[in-house]
Amino acid sequence: MITLDDLMRTAKRGGAKPVVSSAPANGCASSSCGSDQGPADLAPGVWEKVKDHPCYSEEAHHYFARMHLAVAPACNIQCNYCNRKYDCANESRPGVVSERLTPEQGARKTFAVAQSVPQLTVLGIAGPGDALYDWRRTKATFELVVKALPDIKLCISTNGLALPDHVDEIVNMNIDHVTITINMVDPAIGAKIYPWIFYRHKRYAGLEAAKILHERQMLGLEMLTARNVLVKVNSVLIPGVNDEHLIEVNRQVKARGAFLHNIMPLISDPAHGTFYGLNGQRGPTPQELKTVQDACEGGAKLMRHCRQCRADAVGMLGEDRGQEFTLDLLPEKIEIDFTQRDAYRDEVEKKRSAHQAAKSKAAKSKASEVLAPAADERTLKVAVATKGDGVINQHFGHAKEFQIYEVDGSGVRFSGHRKIDDHYCQGGLGEDSALSGIIKILDGVDALLCAKIGGCPKADLTAAGIIPSDDYAFEFIEPSVAAFFARLIAVARERA
Amino acid sequence: MAFKIIASQCSACGACEFECPNAAIRMKADTYIIDAAKCTECDGEQPRCVDVCPVENTCVKF
Repeated sequence: MITLDDLMRTAKRGGAKPVVSSAPANGCASSSCGSDQGPADLAPGVWEKVKDHPCYSEEAHHYFARMHLAVAPACNIQCNYCNRKYDCANESRPGVVSERLTPEQGARKTFAVAQSVPQLTVLGIAGPGDALYDWRRTKATFELVVKALPDIKLCISTNGLALPDHVDEIVNMNIDHVTITINMVDPAIGAKIYPWIFYRHKRYAGLEAAKILHERQMLGLEMLTARNVLVKVNSVLIPGVNDEHLIEVNRQVKARGAFLHNIMPLISDPAHGTFYGLNGQRGPTPQELKTVQDACEGGAKLMRHCRQCRADAVGMLGEDRGQEFTLDLLPEKIEIDFTQRDAYRDEVEKKRSAHQAAKSKAAKSKASEVLAPAADERTLKVAVATKGDGVINQHFGHAKEFQIYEVDGSGVRFSGHRKIDDHYCQGGLGEDSALSGIIKILDGVDALLCAKIGGCPKADLTAAGIIPSDDYAFEFIEPSVAAFFARLIAVARERA
Repeated sequence: MAFKIIASQCSACGACEFECPNAAIRMKADTYIIDAAKCTECDGEQPRCVDVCPVENTCVKF
């Protein structure tokens, strides 16, 4: 926890430093997972591809939605963290679905969602098995969808074993985003994660299996990047198994052209019936996760805003509207109104330019003058309540998660998010038990910015050492965080 | 002599149907079934349907 006195402790730093710079010291610079705010640091074609994909661009995730179709149930490997027989509508983790769909049903669902959710830009097939091993169904679904929705981006997630066999078709279908789940580049570690694989009609186990998987994953990655397909690598962080190893994974996937590396925490619970869950393998703490992500900075670019969604998720990241689009609720015939979709896109461009303008203004503004001489070692951790559009527009009581930003003398950066189990305001009344849970999850956070907060939670947060503020309601996030920080320093200086 | 799928345990992923060299497996209602007449048990080799099935003890010998 930072006190105002801590902020006053200045360390001597040589020379003037740029403040809200666009080059981040560490963590993904606000709105720059994989891509900075603009085409500046990316090949022109690449920025065009990622700017509207909520998973590939942190900035895009404030505006756009994706959906996953669970049309690919067959899988060719077994991972210790997966049990595909387990399903629960409240559970949100990859591999889980409530309803399996045929390609025709999947296409219909896509059209229904596209009609109700104009923010939809991406259709992904991620499971519940492997999208490439079950290529028949994946291909059939995509073909049906692009006929009616030519503007939608197609996205695939795979374990990579079958990948080299399908690269040509992936390119031919204009699937320009592929995610490969790579948890190891050392077969000895792989043997602790994968009990078996099924390759060329035979089952392999142990070290031999992990070796084959590793080689196929590397080959697939190389083939895709050679054809200019954007590859995100997902890695599941399993403490005690691959936590120290992921730095090496990061290095090797970067060397082979991976665009983004998403290190996610293992989700493990005996109730899920997974091998890890039943054998007491725990997931990482938020601090452990952050430590590994930070250690990988400087290597392949990191994604920090992953929500680990279900294989049938629908909506903006962090919100799952899947229940609105179950099969029984879909209309028989669906007409897509493209004018609505185009209108939304135009709206987003306007909001985006406003956001960019506000950010560059903040970089040159008074806040930066105050930050520069501070040159303080300490970094402030600020939780922000937002429901999208890059602004602080969420009431404290309604927030189901907080986005965490870090700010110090070198600028503002997005650091991650923290989900909360029970939001505070339930049926119009504040729940005290929910509040203590929220405070526990916000451990290590110094301040909280939201659109509105009641007296009671305000007092409790302050008592817990978290400075709450609704002074920046409906303002853009990064300039607000910077201004808040600057204000704290100014106050601390006056006192001293 | 053939293999059969225990329907209550089957996750209906369809990998077995995909792998069967004799097209002996097909979908029925919410599960998959093996046509005993077409099953050759993979001619004494490791049975592919069993090997690819993600649920233990679900594809079993008659």
